[in-house]
Amino acid sequence: MASYTSQELMVTAAARHVADGEVVFVGMRLPLLGFLLAKGTHAPNAVGIFELGIVRDSAAPAPILTMGDLPNLYRANWLADTGDAMALLQQGRVDLSFIGGAQVDLYGNLNTTCIGDLQLPETRLPGSGGACDLACLAGRHILIMAHQRRRFVPRVDYITSPGYGDGPGWRRRMGLPRGGPSAVITTLGCFSFDPRSRRMRLETIHPGVAPETIRSETGWPIDLPEAPPETTPPTEFELKVLRRFDPQGYWTGRR
Amino acid sequence: MPAEKRMRLDEAIDRFVEDGSSVALGTGLETCIPFCAGHEMIRQKKQNLVLIGPISDILFDQLIGAGCVRKVQAAWVGNVITGSGYNFRRAYEQKRLVVEDHSNLTMTMALRAGAMGVPFMPSKTALGSDLPRSNPGLKAIVCPFTGERLMAVSAIRPDVCIIAVQRADPFGNAHAWGNLGLSKEACLASEHIILTAERIVAPEVIGSDPNRVLTPAFRVSAVVHEPWGAHPSPMPGFYNRDHQAFLDYQEASRTAEGYNRWKATWIDGVSDRKKYVDRLGSERIQSLALREHLISEPADFGY
Repeated sequence: MASYTSQELMVTAAARHVADGEVVFVGMRLPLLGFLLAKGTHAPNAVGIFELGIVRDSAAPAPILTMGDLPNLYRANWLADTGDAMALLQQGRVDLSFIGGAQVDLYGNLNTTCIGDLQLPETRLPGSGGACDLACLAGRHILIMAHQRRRFVPRVDYITSPGYGDGPGWRRRMGLPRGGPSAVITTLGCFSFDPRSRRMRLETIHPGVAPETIRSETGWPIDLPEAPPETTPPTEFELKVLRRFDPQGYWTGRR
Repeated sequence: MPAEKRMRLDEAIDRFVEDGSSVALGTGLETCIPFCAGHEMIRQKKQNLVLIGPISDILFDQLIGAGCVRKVQAAWVGNVITGSGYNFRRAYEQKRLVVEDHSNLTMTMALRAGAMGVPFMPSKTALGSDLPRSNPGLKAIVCPFTGERLMAVSAIRPDVCIIAVQRADPFGNAHAWGNLGLSKEACLASEHIILTAERIVAPEVIGSDPNRVLTPAFRVSAVVHEPWGAHPSPMPGFYNRDHQAFLDYQEASRTAEGYNRWKATWIDGVSDRKKYVDRLGSERIQSLALREHLISEPADFGY
């Protein structure tokens, strides 16, 4: 079996959530690669929307590190304004988006603003970017992040990007028109949300990870099945496509 | 005959950016960021600025590190390919900086409200988020027509916005292409507009394609000829993104001392953009050149 990095496993797991033909709002960093991998494998007809004001239905013709790299503009379907990309999102024309985060809680609320008190934080983080908009307005969104106890907390210090708030019915009460997190892909496993309780639950555990590790790295008591199924590792083909888009391993930890 | 607005960058910054001004920068998000203008503000030791923008990559961090900034109204402040902006973090954590947190959509609506001359714009974003806790310009309201819950976004009207464009004529007619981010809203919302252009061309060139014009020339205050003005961000049609500069900056800015050394070399140590480009060196400059050109089909604007 091919060897792969933790990030390559995560990007592959993320890419598999993209159905062919879906409209994907693509965020920076790992999500950028997840979209390219999906396009290059099972979802050739997926359409990408980028918050800079770019719509494209083909992969960039050369490797890119940011969505503003010129290959991502080359023969785009549409070069427009941020407001145009946001119009498509706010109307409900976006099926799926991916978001990276620093801190998450059991209802999938995400914090990328500050660790600790807002006025006197332990760490000030960069902020929302487009993440809050995606979490509020995409049909569904997927969180991609490192799985550590300090990041997986019972309640986030600040909701930058809303998940299911405090549980069932919260999004509707807030006035959010649709959406919510459908999956969380971490360095340890893949998670989904129970449709009734809206609490995060384990779907698959990454190869070589002990269930005990997930329990100890999660800041709330998380229910784990006796023998959770394993995350399917990346295939040779997926790795080949992925490495074409990240030849130096900048995002996937091979540098 | 309209007035020529060409001037040097130092003149434009001196005339239109005052201490305490609110300045919109980096409205293309990751492309066409007017680094040249930010560096000139640092050289002129501007104080108490309010920076407005969606992302601006590392330019906001540089201005904050130089002590020019009192407040930031932004969706994201950091280094796009590495994460944290260390000067931003230090300044906020030491309570030297006020931040009003936006999302990319609320920033778009804030500038659009400013552009439209209305006090706010409604949106469906940020409902249930904590953004209103760190932004007094966001308030949940009820739609008077449908009864839906909406997020009202208060207008932002910058004193000045600075936009890096590909080409402009001396009167302020300019072509901008690529993704434009929030540039059109920012121009319409701002009191003054400074354009930094890679090339200065005849008015006939701009007039041949009015669809590509960024904003009406009568609203433009200054036109500055500044080749490589957006480096290290990419400029469609001119140069690629210089990733190494962003990686070097991340290492350099980990400590305040490191940032000051970086600033001494790349800002204080070069009196203008020409000297900055000389310092980059021809090999580096050549490595950023376009490798694949794509010239658009002409469009007939005749009658």
